[in-house]
Amino acid sequence: MIHIRNFSIIAHIDHGKSTLADRLIQHAGLVTDRDFRDQILDTMDIERERGITIKSQTVTLPYTSQDGKTYRLNLIDTPGHVDFSYEVSRALASCDGVLLLVDASQGVEAQTVANVYLALDHDLEIIPVINKIDLPAADVDRVRAQIEGELGLDAEEAVLCSAKEGVGIEDVLETVVRRIPPPSGDAARPLSALVFDAHYDPFRGVIVSCRILDGSLKKGDTLRFMSNRACYRVEEVGFFRLRRDPQAALSAGDVGYVIAGIKDIATARIGDTITLDERPAEKPLPGFRKVKPMVFSSLYPVASDEYEDLKEALEKYTLNDAALSFQKDASAALGQGFRCGFLGLLHLEIVQERLEREYGISLVMTAPSVQYRVHLRSGNTIVVDNPQEYPDPMEVESTEEPFIRAHILVPEKHLGAVMSLCMERRGVQPRTAFPSPERVELTVDLPLVEVIYDFYDRLKTVSQGYGSLDYEMLDYRSSNLVKLDILINGEKVDALSVIVHEDRAREWGLRVCERLKKEIPRHQFKIPIQGAIGGKIIARSTISAFRKDVTAKCYGGDITRKRKLLEKQKKGKKRMKMVGSVMIPQSAFVAALKSEND
Amino acid sequence: MTEHMERQQKSGRSLQAGPGEPAGLYVHVPFCSGKCAYCDFFSITDLGRAADWAGLVRREAGLLGGSFEPFDTLYLGGGTPSILGVETLDLLIGTLRRELSFLPDTEITLEVNPEDVRPEGLSAYRAMGVNRISMGIQSLDDRVLRFLGRRHSAVRALGALQDILNAGFQSVSVDLIYGVPGQDSAGWMETLSCVLEHGPQHISCYELTVSPGTLLSERIASGEAFMPDEDDLRAMFLATSRRLEAGGFTHYEVSNFARPGHESRHNRKYWRRAPYLGLGPGAHSFKHPLRWWNPPSLDLYAEQLSLNTRPSDCREVLTPEQDVLERLWLGFRTLDGVDSNDLAGAVHADQIARDLERSGLVTRNGPRLVPTTQGFLVSDRLPLLFAA
Repeated sequence: MIHIRNFSIIAHIDHGKSTLADRLIQHAGLVTDRDFRDQILDTMDIERERGITIKSQTVTLPYTSQDGKTYRLNLIDTPGHVDFSYEVSRALASCDGVLLLVDASQGVEAQTVANVYLALDHDLEIIPVINKIDLPAADVDRVRAQIEGELGLDAEEAVLCSAKEGVGIEDVLETVVRRIPPPSGDAARPLSALVFDAHYDPFRGVIVSCRILDGSLKKGDTLRFMSNRACYRVEEVGFFRLRRDPQAALSAGDVGYVIAGIKDIATARIGDTITLDERPAEKPLPGFRKVKPMVFSSLYPVASDEYEDLKEALEKYTLNDAALSFQKDASAALGQGFRCGFLGLLHLEIVQERLEREYGISLVMTAPSVQYRVHLRSGNTIVVDNPQEYPDPMEVESTEEPFIRAHILVPEKHLGAVMSLCMERRGVQPRTAFPSPERVELTVDLPLVEVIYDFYDRLKTVSQGYGSLDYEMLDYRSSNLVKLDILINGEKVDALSVIVHEDRAREWGLRVCERLKKEIPRHQFKIPIQGAIGGKIIARSTISAFRKDVTAKCYGGDITRKRKLLEKQKKGKKRMKMVGSVMIPQSAFVAALKSEND
Repeated sequence: MTEHMERQQKSGRSLQAGPGEPAGLYVHVPFCSGKCAYCDFFSITDLGRAADWAGLVRREAGLLGGSFEPFDTLYLGGGTPSILGVETLDLLIGTLRRELSFLPDTEITLEVNPEDVRPEGLSAYRAMGVNRISMGIQSLDDRVLRFLGRRHSAVRALGALQDILNAGFQSVSVDLIYGVPGQDSAGWMETLSCVLEHGPQHISCYELTVSPGTLLSERIASGEAFMPDEDDLRAMFLATSRRLEAGGFTHYEVSNFARPGHESRHNRKYWRRAPYLGLGPGAHSFKHPLRWWNPPSLDLYAEQLSLNTRPSDCREVLTPEQDVLERLWLGFRTLDGVDSNDLAGAVHADQIARDLERSGLVTRNGPRLVPTTQGFLVSDRLPLLFAA
């Protein structure tokens, strides 16, 4: 056990975490250079495309130190976006130390600070690593000063490297061995293992990733999940070495996987404790910080006969992404679907993309919402996250919405643009501070719903990529909310209803009406599209009637040729949703919820 | 509403095309003196093969005719049937009439081109039993005729029309084309008025269709010619309908207009899905639930006949779904309209029908939905609205 090190890399987005992980893997010789793919840990397409890490993946690296001993380094990869703090916290709970990666030219960012606090919460050894020292703009002394001044860490010990150029990798590994403590724990005690990840393999069932705190686990044992007392016979245990590498046993201090023929994907809950059935631990490990979903949206399959497939996909998905919650929902326009809770908008987009890509289900998704408080005239207060459950305006006394406090770090020259973005999003009480000469920290209170909705993208745009955002939940504040309905050809399309601030309703309504006008094909009749609050129309657009679609002649009784064309069109139509007598393509629902500037 | 019911009554005949309706016989005459710019029909210029062709048609008639009898229409189309000599035509029609059974009062239509029309030929046609002439005039504007690659002039066309009308056929039909590059709306209306003055009983007005592989499609692709835009075509369609209805014609199918009782009995079989047998290369046949067609080549057609086989890509058995789709699509092309019962399988059928009615695209006549003139303009879309 003294030759094991469990650690993570934490960093602000784009500071080079994946590249460093790649170099460490390469150094350990787990892959030949020829096989090497950049960013090996990011196996999913979306991660590669967006350059962000979504799923934690673990890898065990063999390393022979300068002291001549061979160590087993367990690198636990963590996601790098503010949406995924829950997954970060799971990964960190399985570690004994972290490498804090800071870009030598950009320095400490808002997220770096947030990550340091997370690591301190878990009582972890923190090793600063200054990356990208090869860049012309690198300013190691300034970054050292920031690390000491803003983070309160000892920068003298910081390791310098360039992951891209492969410089300083050996130093990083040596420091891990030297400074991160070996795991504590007792292999003789009853088994106590923390489930920090899980995914589904169609042949082997659920693959559980866990950190063994005490005891040991081997093939043939009967394990027990402490939360639901479900028991399984262990089929295989092992380490992740990019692929699964079976071992005789896992014992205290180890990080690895367990396969136990678990077919019921709801059984293996992330955050649960695994113990042995015949000699159970006294009590489960302290719980993970439970993160509540903040953004809600309903998912519907485009083809209504794919409802069961969607259900199954979501069940499998939540196994791998404990932060996603879902329950049944139904819409008159879209049929049966699910109301889902997400950590943030990026989380929502990634879930949507993965469901479509990995499970092959085309989705229609409703506009994202937060949880609103509605005080009724009857004296009751209800919490509403679904516009469909919004009460009749006559019953509503007052409404409240959640606010956050945003901390935005931005170069001074972009402050004006960022400030107007915040005002446009109903920001209040802006304050500025100057933590370092060229950078401004803007603190502003914003309605949560304004932030989840493309705020981060817009911030990046108006600050030319330099702005960074961190936020914390504040409280609920009084706000004039209304439910805005969209009517197509006089029919309310429930899936397009939104709860919005009164001042933003008209703008929203106009945008949706215009978007729908572009996306819905012309019909044989004029289609009015309206945005309405209660019975009052506040926005409208019109799709003119289709003017002409007719074959002049069926030459010599050749009916087949044209009928085949019609059959093709008919097939295309099946991919559309019928609302009354209007055919609405999936793209219209997608476009209706897109952000303002796309 | 009443106007449309009136139109429908004028169009006459029963609305329902029962399986009991007599069959139609079509003969494809694949010979032409040249290729028109827009035509993608099968045709050849070598008249030396006419005797071969006639022999093959007779043989096919003998093989298949029996299962369709009796016929009440015979339609000689092309190609250019009038390019054949009177003797060849006489022999062919005579043989068909002898060997197959036709009902009394059978409609016998011969397609002719203006350049082939001679008074003595016309009396010969009458003598062999032809009672309906359909002449491809296309336009009375020489520039348009040249663009289309027609081989007659406006003067020749009007002369031929007069001769045909004087010859005493029961029905005379004229084919016209509109929406031709370079043709303006005024020119088209002039052609229409001039044809009306001469007094044919039936007029077909086809919007020019650009088919791939034709000279026309090359000209469009190369930018040498421009098709009129959708709104202009729409305006011409509506103006045509108004002009001809005012002249006493009923707009009974998307592209067809007739004085009462002069609807094309033969063409109606296509739209009403009555049985029809098509003889000759490229011809199509229908006998519910089967459709089949001959290869568009004289050699392949000959080979297929001699082997007495039909490759699977030249026939189909309609599924119930295809059956309904055809009934809807073809129904919405004519004043027959469609039977509400055929819509029953569709989601929201009643509401869609009501919307269409409100939008003035259909009217209701008992259990049937009947397209209006506006409805004709979108008749390819209407069946898709009711797809199950």
